[in-house]
Amino acid sequence: MKTESKLEKILAAGHLAVTSECGPPRGAKFDEVVTKSKYLEGIVDAVNVTDNQTAMVRMSSLAASVIIKQQGLNPLFQVTCRDRNRLAMQADIIGAYAFGIDTMLCLSGDHTKFGDHPMAMNVHDIDSIQMIQMVKDMRDKGIFQGGAEIKGAPKMFIGAAANPFADPFELRVMRLAKKIAAGADFIQTQCIFNVDKFEKWMEGVRAKGLHKKCYILAGVTPCKSLGAARYMANRVPGMDVPKEIVDRMASVPKEKQAEEGVTICVETIERLKKIEGVAGFHIMAIEWEEKVEEICKRAGLLPRPQV
Amino acid sequence: MITAERKPLEELIEYIKPFKRILLLGCNECVTVCAAGGRKEVGLLASGLQMAMLKTGNNIEIRQHTLERQCDPEYVEELVPMIDSADAVMSMACGCGVQQIAMRFKDKPVFPAVNTTFMGASERQGVWAERCQGCGNCLLGITGGICPIARCAKQLMNGPCGGSTGGRCEISEDVDCAWQLIWDRLKALGLQDRYLDIVPAKDWRTGGGSGPRKIIREDLAE
Repeated sequence: MKTESKLEKILAAGHLAVTSECGPPRGAKFDEVVTKSKYLEGIVDAVNVTDNQTAMVRMSSLAASVIIKQQGLNPLFQVTCRDRNRLAMQADIIGAYAFGIDTMLCLSGDHTKFGDHPMAMNVHDIDSIQMIQMVKDMRDKGIFQGGAEIKGAPKMFIGAAANPFADPFELRVMRLAKKIAAGADFIQTQCIFNVDKFEKWMEGVRAKGLHKKCYILAGVTPCKSLGAARYMANRVPGMDVPKEIVDRMASVPKEKQAEEGVTICVETIERLKKIEGVAGFHIMAIEWEEKVEEICKRAGLLPRPQV
Repeated sequence: MITAERKPLEELIEYIKPFKRILLLGCNECVTVCAAGGRKEVGLLASGLQMAMLKTGNNIEIRQHTLERQCDPEYVEELVPMIDSADAVMSMACGCGVQQIAMRFKDKPVFPAVNTTFMGASERQGVWAERCQGCGNCLLGITGGICPIARCAKQLMNGPCGGSTGGRCEISEDVDCAWQLIWDRLKALGLQDRYLDIVPAKDWRTGGGSGPRKIIREDLAE
């Protein structure tokens, strides 16, 4: 074991891991973080805490991670390259670890163009792969990116993202290989609606033996409505929502759409379970945390194993 | 080349309002090529300003002059005989040219007439696009001749983000995904394996991270 991370223990024991996410509020609302996290207590192994997701200002992922940690859950601290240079990142990583936060996700980050501060400068001092390298060196060599020794090195279980649906497709397995070579311990994928394409990507992953070098958590999202399905299909860069999914959401009356979205999500998990190399699931129920328990229950992912 | 775009006339009028005699300067280098501040644009702007000022009842005198290279002190010296007869200077050169004038003529107000935008290349008639950010440590040798610093919206040095779709960047359908271009080039050159080499975190000291940069060539410096 490289770390004390609960997620690492679950995965190392061979269980299908389950993570979900909690988007911090757009204001100093401590209680809202607590309320959201309570929906996930005992339901998931780690809770992703997003970092100014979609480039909108929110409570910092570090602060919200601390709150969630204090509720007894395991935060999965997300850090993007968009808002911080390497000094600020390392400072926050040490700070997080000082609070017992031992699991993180290294991301490039959505471009500021999509958020509420399109006039802001994007930082991108380092990229996500360089961040993975940096966090690994902090953990394994006990050094800062600049080379100096860290007294009290943070031991992070290092996550990275992968999007099997973005272009160029033929590069996507190689990009994963590069993230693993940099030091990624686990991967959370973009939301999977096109299972056939994901399967094809996993074939490439297995052909290179990458599923044995890191844990791959398959990302899923329940559609709340037909509108949400259409939005993801047409408006979110790098998302692949096949027409069948949109049509299926459209085939049920409006008041039944949420239920249909959950059913599709559960069925997707069942299909993904059969794919060799899938080590668990990342359930992104955006602003719908209360549904995660039902999804996990119906997908046979409860109770969570004790490790 | 360095590209630039002319500022709106209203902004320029605000600058010159308090003055009667303006020396309007063009530059024969980059801003001429990108049609922002060469001899022709100096002529157009001079008449535009004069007409606009006349409408408000102000008659101003505008003397036009285009230097061979405004960022070069040797050429700036040409202005010595004409500078005293001007209350202010308006420069259509890039920011380097404007500052050269300000440094040489310390008591003369100088205003920029263009917004200096980027180092770019011409894509076709009338279209210029950013190609270089002057990071001071060129990566083009390992990225197939396409720059991810200048051309990837996230300056990713190790591959495309999850937003690359159909060869386009997630920020706009009008922007090529730099990593799609890099990948296509690496394939065409049979260098696909090169993609797997991790480009380490960049040392930005050469890219302005350690403050204003200077090149001193001992063999040439006087």
